[in-house]
Amino acid sequence: MGDKILFIQGNEACVEAALYAGLDFFAGYPITPSTEIAELLSARLPQKGGKFIQMEDEIASMCAIIGASLTGLKSMTATSGPGFSLKQEAIGYGIMAEVPCVVVNVMRGGPSTGMPTKVSQGDVMQARWGTHGDHSIITLTASNLQDLFAITVEAFNLSETYRTPVILLLDEVVGHMREKLVLPDPGEIPLVQRLRTSVKEGTDYHPYLPREDGRLPMSDFGGVHRYNVTGLMHDMWGFPTDNPQVAYGLIRHLVDKIEGHVQEVTRIKEYFLDDAETVLVSYGASARSALHVVENRRARGERMGLLELQTLWPFPADAVRERCTQAKSVVVVEMNMGQILQEVRKVLDDPEKVFLANRIDGTFISPTDIRNILRVIQGKGV
Amino acid sequence: MSAKEYLRERFMPHIWCPGCGHGIIMNNLVRAIASLELKKSDIVMVTGIGCSSRISGYLDFHTLHTIHGRALAFATGVKLSRPELTLIVPMGDGDALAIGGNHFIHAARRNIDMTAIIMNNNIYGMTGGQFSPLSGYGKMATTAPYGNIYEAFDIVELARGAGASFVARTTAYHVTSMKEILEKAINHKGFSVVEILSQCPTYYGRKNKVGDAVDMLNYYKDQTVPIGSEKKKDNPALIERGIFVEEERAEYCSEYQKIVERAKRGQQI
Repeated sequence: MGDKILFIQGNEACVEAALYAGLDFFAGYPITPSTEIAELLSARLPQKGGKFIQMEDEIASMCAIIGASLTGLKSMTATSGPGFSLKQEAIGYGIMAEVPCVVVNVMRGGPSTGMPTKVSQGDVMQARWGTHGDHSIITLTASNLQDLFAITVEAFNLSETYRTPVILLLDEVVGHMREKLVLPDPGEIPLVQRLRTSVKEGTDYHPYLPREDGRLPMSDFGGVHRYNVTGLMHDMWGFPTDNPQVAYGLIRHLVDKIEGHVQEVTRIKEYFLDDAETVLVSYGASARSALHVVENRRARGERMGLLELQTLWPFPADAVRERCTQAKSVVVVEMNMGQILQEVRKVLDDPEKVFLANRIDGTFISPTDIRNILRVIQGKGV
Repeated sequence: MSAKEYLRERFMPHIWCPGCGHGIIMNNLVRAIASLELKKSDIVMVTGIGCSSRISGYLDFHTLHTIHGRALAFATGVKLSRPELTLIVPMGDGDALAIGGNHFIHAARRNIDMTAIIMNNNIYGMTGGQFSPLSGYGKMATTAPYGNIYEAFDIVELARGAGASFVARTTAYHVTSMKEILEKAINHKGFSVVEILSQCPTYYGRKNKVGDAVDMLNYYKDQTVPIGSEKKKDNPALIERGIFVEEERAEYCSEYQKIVERAKRGQQI
């Protein structure tokens, strides 16, 4: 651990972590509650020779970071609900063209303009399925600033490893909350740089031919290899094709490169799970209230634990199943109508034991909200 | 280097219809680049979606075939990251000015150093002949079966008003001046807009009964005049061609570099 201690906002911690991870290019558009990320980076990036650009709209920002990433720069954009909707077509392009980048969505109340300054976790499914067509995606989240720092660096690392956009799904509470952050020393968290091709100039380079391990070494735009990048179905050179075999192979590759590495991508935190009869499953800001409840109940001798998910997509099915199977009841704590609840029910053999503790009114879910549900489950009345 | 060396010949024949003007534009663009002696690896070509956008597949540069209307936004990311590269962004009229209209005016306002080529065939060709922002009042299209009730944009005036520092118009008929204009546009430091009228005999021509490709090229010959021509005074309907704007103005990437220097010195302004 470093000896530099900060007392800052979640959005600021995200900026510190992105710079730690080697961010060189940011494009964005003002939107509550993520704007601080753009404001801070407009000052910080040029100080290190990096590039900040405020674009004319949300999708333009997404397009610009893809263009920047193709030249070899670590790139990021930040937005919230409506902006996340507007970016979706270009996120799909990033997935199809396999361009590493990080997209931060500091969730606010929706749908539509919703409640711009209020908290929500309503975009969990949009992160998974917001763009059209079959695909897979990596989505990460965190509940406190120390974790947020590490998970932001992780977002860059996974995006560079798997050549894909990674969604960093924060929420208004974590984004605007102030707490202590111990700044890690340089080198303390390992950084991943994308694989670059060793193919020499003049030799045929295949930008979309996966190696045996599924990874695809890149060549920076503007370098010695000239190739085509397209959102159309494409062959190993990046040229358009509607050959069924090639199309099948590409869709399988795009899905399998992530779904085949669920274990490597899974980040979870466990609290008192060993003998837990009641397991709370939560993530993001909701996990703070869930942890508070669990700690209090443990102090009273109740067998309760918390499984905090930091990887939401690909859904860590095995990890959830393993930790919830022995429990008598499972309570998913989230600020939406049950988007992760449904996933948890899907992976358990006895889905009838899974309950929801939620809030959807823009108010931060409190320990009392969770306790009220527990009373019902435990037969103690309403 | 001969012009042929810029082509990816294995993708010939191209997908453009017989008589389409887009091949003439590609031909002259390649000749312009060859005569400027630009290295292939120093050029990034970014396109959107539509008939025009397929040009990037046929040329041996770093090529980025993106999504509908957003080519300039992708190109902005590439250019700001690597200002030393030459960015060429061919677009269709619907691509650049309907779905991509916002990016077009803001790229012009930013005066970022790239060449936007609008291959204006007055129609959505790839999807089968719907009216575009350049079709014009009274024209026929598959989505205007009773006649189009929109006026067309004037691309030159739009680009000028938005702040482009180089603005030109030419046609698929005027191949010699097209090549010269493209050379100047690529050499110009700032946002360059070149509108090239390009015949679409398959959809626009057929729907509007203006004849075949030769008739349409003859139309460009007869109905356009050099800027300032006396003929225009007698017949205001004639379309002017030539270079309308060519000014030296602060360019975005150069200005951003000044921001970097200021930030490193810790100065505000």
